[in-house]
Amino acid sequence: MLPAMLPAMLQFLLHGLTVLLLPPLIPGLIAKTKALMAGRQGPPVLQLYYDLAKLARKQAVFSRTTTWVFLAGPVGGVAAGLVASCLVPFGHTPAPVSFQGDVILFAYLFGLARFLTILSALDTGSSFEGMGAAREATFSALAEPALFLGFAALAKANGSLSLGTMLAFPGSLTTRFTGPLILILAGWVIVYLAENSRIPVDDPNTHLELTMIHEVMVLDHSGRPLALVLYGASLKLLVLGALILTPALPRAPHAWQNWLAFYAALGGLAVGVGVVESSMARFRMTKVPQFLVAGVLATAFAFLLMLV
Amino acid sequence: MSLALLALLVAAVSGVPGLFLRRRGGEVAAGLLGLAAVLGLMAALRVLAGGAGGALQLRTAALGSPGLLVLDPLAAFFSIPVLLLSFCGGLYAVGYWEGHRGHTPILRLVFGFLTASLLMLVMASHALTFLLAWEGMAIAAFLLVMAEDREPETRRAGWIYLAATHTGTLFLFAAFALLAKVQGHSGFGALPAGLAATRGGTALFALFLLGFGFKAGVLPLHVWLPPAHAAAPSHVSALMSGVLLKMGILGIIRFLSWVPDPPPWWGGTLVALGALSGILGVAFALGQHDLKRLLAYHSIENIGIILLGLGLGTLGKATGHPAMQALGYAGALLHVVNHSLFKGLLFLSAGSVLHATGTRDLERLGGLGRTMPWTSAAFLAGSWAICGLPPLNGFVSEFLIYLGAFRGLGLELGLGRQAWPLVILVSLALIGALALACFAKAFGAVFLGLPRTQAAQQAPEAPRSMLLPMGLLALACLAIGVVPALFAPALGRVVGLVGGAPAGGEALVALAPLRMLTWAALVLGLLTLLLGRWLRLVPQGRDLPTWDCGYAAADARMQYTASSFADGLVRGLRWALRPVAHLPRLVGWFPRPARYESHVPDPALDRAASPALQLAVRGAGLLRVAQGGALPVYLLYVLLTLLALLVWMVA
Repeated sequence: MLPAMLPAMLQFLLHGLTVLLLPPLIPGLIAKTKALMAGRQGPPVLQLYYDLAKLARKQAVFSRTTTWVFLAGPVGGVAAGLVASCLVPFGHTPAPVSFQGDVILFAYLFGLARFLTILSALDTGSSFEGMGAAREATFSALAEPALFLGFAALAKANGSLSLGTMLAFPGSLTTRFTGPLILILAGWVIVYLAENSRIPVDDPNTHLELTMIHEVMVLDHSGRPLALVLYGASLKLLVLGALILTPALPRAPHAWQNWLAFYAALGGLAVGVGVVESSMARFRMTKVPQFLVAGVLATAFAFLLMLV
Repeated sequence: MSLALLALLVAAVSGVPGLFLRRRGGEVAAGLLGLAAVLGLMAALRVLAGGAGGALQLRTAALGSPGLLVLDPLAAFFSIPVLLLSFCGGLYAVGYWEGHRGHTPILRLVFGFLTASLLMLVMASHALTFLLAWEGMAIAAFLLVMAEDREPETRRAGWIYLAATHTGTLFLFAAFALLAKVQGHSGFGALPAGLAATRGGTALFALFLLGFGFKAGVLPLHVWLPPAHAAAPSHVSALMSGVLLKMGILGIIRFLSWVPDPPPWWGGTLVALGALSGILGVAFALGQHDLKRLLAYHSIENIGIILLGLGLGTLGKATGHPAMQALGYAGALLHVVNHSLFKGLLFLSAGSVLHATGTRDLERLGGLGRTMPWTSAAFLAGSWAICGLPPLNGFVSEFLIYLGAFRGLGLELGLGRQAWPLVILVSLALIGALALACFAKAFGAVFLGLPRTQAAQQAPEAPRSMLLPMGLLALACLAIGVVPALFAPALGRVVGLVGGAPAGGEALVALAPLRMLTWAALVLGLLTLLLGRWLRLVPQGRDLPTWDCGYAAADARMQYTASSFADGLVRGLRWALRPVAHLPRLVGWFPRPARYESHVPDPALDRAASPALQLAVRGAGLLRVAQGGALPVYLLYVLLTLLALLVWMVA
């Protein structure tokens, strides 16, 4: 009994360690890619780990306007992200928890994180943070249908209601699902860039509060709450990244090959995001909805193709 | 059954002692409503547990089968929100309404009548008792809406409500008359197979949908709903939004439960109406500045979600897919109870805000979380639940509907029907995201940030008699959200009754892994506790201003307002919402201070219902010619009528 379960236990352990330790590496990779493409040396790849360690030791400062809601954003963001991370498979490896309809819970956990982050931004009473919160709420209303249309197309393709099996797409690229799959992934990459506040939707490195979305919502966070915010953001890069990468990856016969493939693909995704960020500018705020509608259309067409 | 009838009686007389008591009338009424709730819940829970004598009947020989009032699982299920909310409302009224406004004893009396007619309505199983209770409910609710009849806004809201409810009733009279013609009696029971496909079946469906749609507030029949909910006292708004609207849904569900073989297009119609009500309901809510109007539009949105579930269930029934049928109906039914719990909670906490500050205008509030911590927590819980976020109850019912729709995607439903599950999925996702934006706006504008007016700054916390009902409702929301599997057997029994197929609680749990939601909720709670502790382990600096990009004297007027928060979405939806903005005119080098105003009017009310109402009033004026006031003329009318009848009988 026990020896039979051992490989599965090891995989879950690896899943947990990946969730806890790996996320801060992703923003580091993106930053390094951008720096190299701009001909700079850039901060070390492990910079976010150093930042988190530093912030965990620092005193937190709170505005006198804030209440306990101010802390709900950072705490809720990380808690919801961690629960969601248990539901998603990392490549062709089993998700620790899998049940019928976990895909709905997955999407709504990110909704919960967003709700709490918006509230903690509004708690400061700052007009800048209000602006960021309003933009986040507006743009996510367009990202949500794209996400669900993609889920619907995948569910239609393989009749599964749980992330673990839904994302394990009938992999070979010669099947009739290739076209829809490419459309789904195109739509989801748009959602990925928007949800993770990346160029061309949002610029995490801008210095002008007026033009930011996500970063401006956490202007007042400091110390440990800020550490949670940063970790939560990188966790989102990992978990949503797994959502995009898994259907695209081929299935390998051995577990270790699947894990390696996933890590390599994740690194590739980070580099890809870095390349996108280096090669284009942020859209004007009014263009962002059009960009997101493109994502909705791509996933909607994917579903239509599934019907044919 | 006797317990349920006793509860009905106690509720009906709950306001009577208050007519004679000089003091404490409110407490006595609340106590009696509490007693009614305990009695009624005992009866309802026994039936829902599948106990012996689950369907007791009150038989009368004269009116034939199957009885006037029947306490079947569906009636028991719907009586739970009635009992809970009327008790909470009665208790809340003690602190909210007593002592400082007119008509208090009469209002208590009518509140008791409303509760009793609602209880009678859920148990009614004959057209006679149903319509009697329906009218009793409509009139009692009208009197309660008119509580503050000195305000012209209230009088207008009351008249619109009265006109709308009677228009709906007119359709119901036609529907029940047709039903009696079709089946030969006016009792409620299964209709013959094959009827639904005939023209008579179509007419029945359309008439019931119109009649009940007016009450449920299905778009575009919702015109009465926002003004009436805004004008009524808050505990009445809670009961109206939480329970009264659901009577329309109850009617639709009762009708669907009689039909063994609904055609698929019925399901499609329900889904289309649900998507329309859901998306436009929340879109209009985004444009509101008035807290209670905003909540009223969210009721329309939630009615939409319930219709989506009902449509899904009906599609499943029509195409022979029991899993889809069970999940759709279960989600819709659970959402009925869930919505009454969290919307009741939201209206009660909005009432506390109104009570403490005297305004419902979002732009005049702010920062109340500091002075009203409990009310703010209650409103947050309600917002959390209504957005369908885990781990509260709103998520569970939406989860069931989502799950049914996802299952429907993989089924062969026949040509042209493949799209309905997708419509449900995408509408639910869009509604969820928009509701989240709207409640972030409402909670943020009212409770977070800095107080925008003096009244908001000095708002006192609500008294305990108002906080207690809110706490009760919040706990119920949490209980259903965290341990939904506990309620599944009862829900399964009701679904079995509605669907016509046996779908017990076990079947429901097998279809939907509700226990996993409990685990998710527990892990989420544990993580939150751990992270919260970790945050508190380091010293904190307080009493510093908010970072405003270097400007240290930021004040309340510089905050982002509720209108600005929703502006992006309202602009994006302006093709549907048609917001009206009064722009200031700036002239010259040194323009004078100017005003800017924007609001989102209701096009269905302003462009369709109001003109129609005026036309009807003018048309009724023409009839006045016949009413001269002279007795001989009236006698002549009687004589002529008799003659006409005589001729008709002979011929």
